Amino acid sequence: MNEIPGTTFLLNVVFAVSLLATVGGAIIAVLSQRIIRGVCGLALCFIGLAGVYYFLHAPFLALMQILIYVGAVCITIIFAVMLAEPDEAVSDQSSASSKVWAALALIACVALGWGVASLALGGSWTVPAQPLANDGSLRAMGIALLTTYSMAFEVISLVLLVAVLGALAVAHGGRVRS
Amino acid sequence: MSFLAFNLLEPWPEPFRLFLYLAGVMAFVGANAAYLVWVERKGAARFQRRPGPTEVGPAGLLQPIADAIKLMSKQVHVPPDSDRILFRLAPVMVMSPGLMCLATIPFSDTIGARNLDLGLVMVFAFGSINVMAIMLGGWASRNKYAIISSARIVSQNVAYEIPMLLVVITMLMITGTTNLHTIVEQQAGGFWHWNILKVWANPLMPVTFLIFFTCMLAETNRAPFDMAEAESELVAGAFTEYAGMGFGVFFMAEYANILVGCSLATVLFFGGWQSPIGVFSGVVWFLVKLYLLIFTVIWIRWTFPRTQFYRLLNLSWKILIPISLGTLMLTCVMLKIF
Repeated sequence: MNEIPGTTFLLNVVFAVSLLATVGGAIIAVLSQRIIRGVCGLALCFIGLAGVYYFLHAPFLALMQILIYVGAVCITIIFAVMLAEPDEAVSDQSSASSKVWAALALIACVALGWGVASLALGGSWTVPAQPLANDGSLRAMGIALLTTYSMAFEVISLVLLVAVLGALAVAHGGRVRS
Repeated sequence: MSFLAFNLLEPWPEPFRLFLYLAGVMAFVGANAAYLVWVERKGAARFQRRPGPTEVGPAGLLQPIADAIKLMSKQVHVPPDSDRILFRLAPVMVMSPGLMCLATIPFSDTIGARNLDLGLVMVFAFGSINVMAIMLGGWASRNKYAIISSARIVSQNVAYEIPMLLVVITMLMITGTTNLHTIVEQQAGGFWHWNILKVWANPLMPVTFLIFFTCMLAETNRAPFDMAEAESELVAGAFTEYAGMGFGVFFMAEYANILVGCSLATVLFFGGWQSPIGVFSGVVWFLVKLYLLIFTVIWIRWTFPRTQFYRLLNLSWKILIPISLGTLMLTCVMLKIF
């Protein structure tokens, strides 16, 4: 492989762009007045996160992040927005109670963020002596999910079951009333 | 096709090859988008027994260039009520998936921008952004026709994504890999080795291809499934408020998506660059198959009238999804037994 000067710099730039997309997208998602822009910020955040996954040698996870979160979750959210609200969102003035809740949420988030950051920066990272068996490929991932981590895999599927049941309950309630 | 042959120049440093691939893919998409419009207009004219474009150049061959100059010289008008950022962002977003996906399509054994292990997953991951772009364009226009069209696009694409992915899972079980290059290599040696005729893996393989092709027509918003555009009821659907090249970019993206969809069908079902008689394989065969499929897409558009929206959704949820689940189960059983 021909190394040209500046490759590392280019890689750093790409990494910085994906980090910026993640953080910037999250900030847009939270601060935007219009809900549709918020969803777009969320999509940007997901794409940036996919970039970070790619840098962590998990290309499959990165592509799945785009396929599922951008392609399915964001589109479903926008669809729900369209069904619920055909016109511009009214920017209501924030009330006193919502300010209190915002302050509480900010304190909780700062505490959580500080805790995780101090753990990541101060904790000792152990590097495994030999490379892990899971190299991030599709085959290794499938084997890991269906053998070593099959319990976690099944438990996660319960989350989806709960979501489906919840949707059914909501839809059924609507049908009975009418 | 010579611009894609730079792949043969192996000693080129990586970033230069990257830029050459980028230029090659963009030129391929641009040329195809321009001239597929001409093919479409000529084809439509022939189906309707009229000559089609004849004035600009021999047989109207310079018509796409004249159209492009006309579109580019028009004012790109942003309606005052619209969401300006999203309105301008949508045409940029809508072009990106077509370009991204073509990077992993193998045109021949040696011609292909990137031979990714996860090529098939990548095509579907980036293909899903296309829906979002058209929908945002329609929503940001703040025009009632455009918003109706956006809602249609989402429900249509959610409905057709499911049978499409089920078909792809079926193909994945038969091929055992997501690398598009390897999938083509597995189909070497005559047309009876192509996946569409692999009846020992799944007796319903041609049906699987039909489901894939129908879903592709619906995902690329082509007639008879072009409920998003539906010019007789929704003016121009999501593109109503776009003028000049903004409108042109949406059209280019439509042809880019047809190109990606037909390339994927060629690779998955028709053996990619493999020749039907087993010898003289090469990029020519890929292009022949690709353009035959694209011609079929145009043929269908000008032969069948537009369906109604509820029929469109019924076709997916009540017919295509059960059949594709059936072929999936059948493939499981056949692979387990044999």
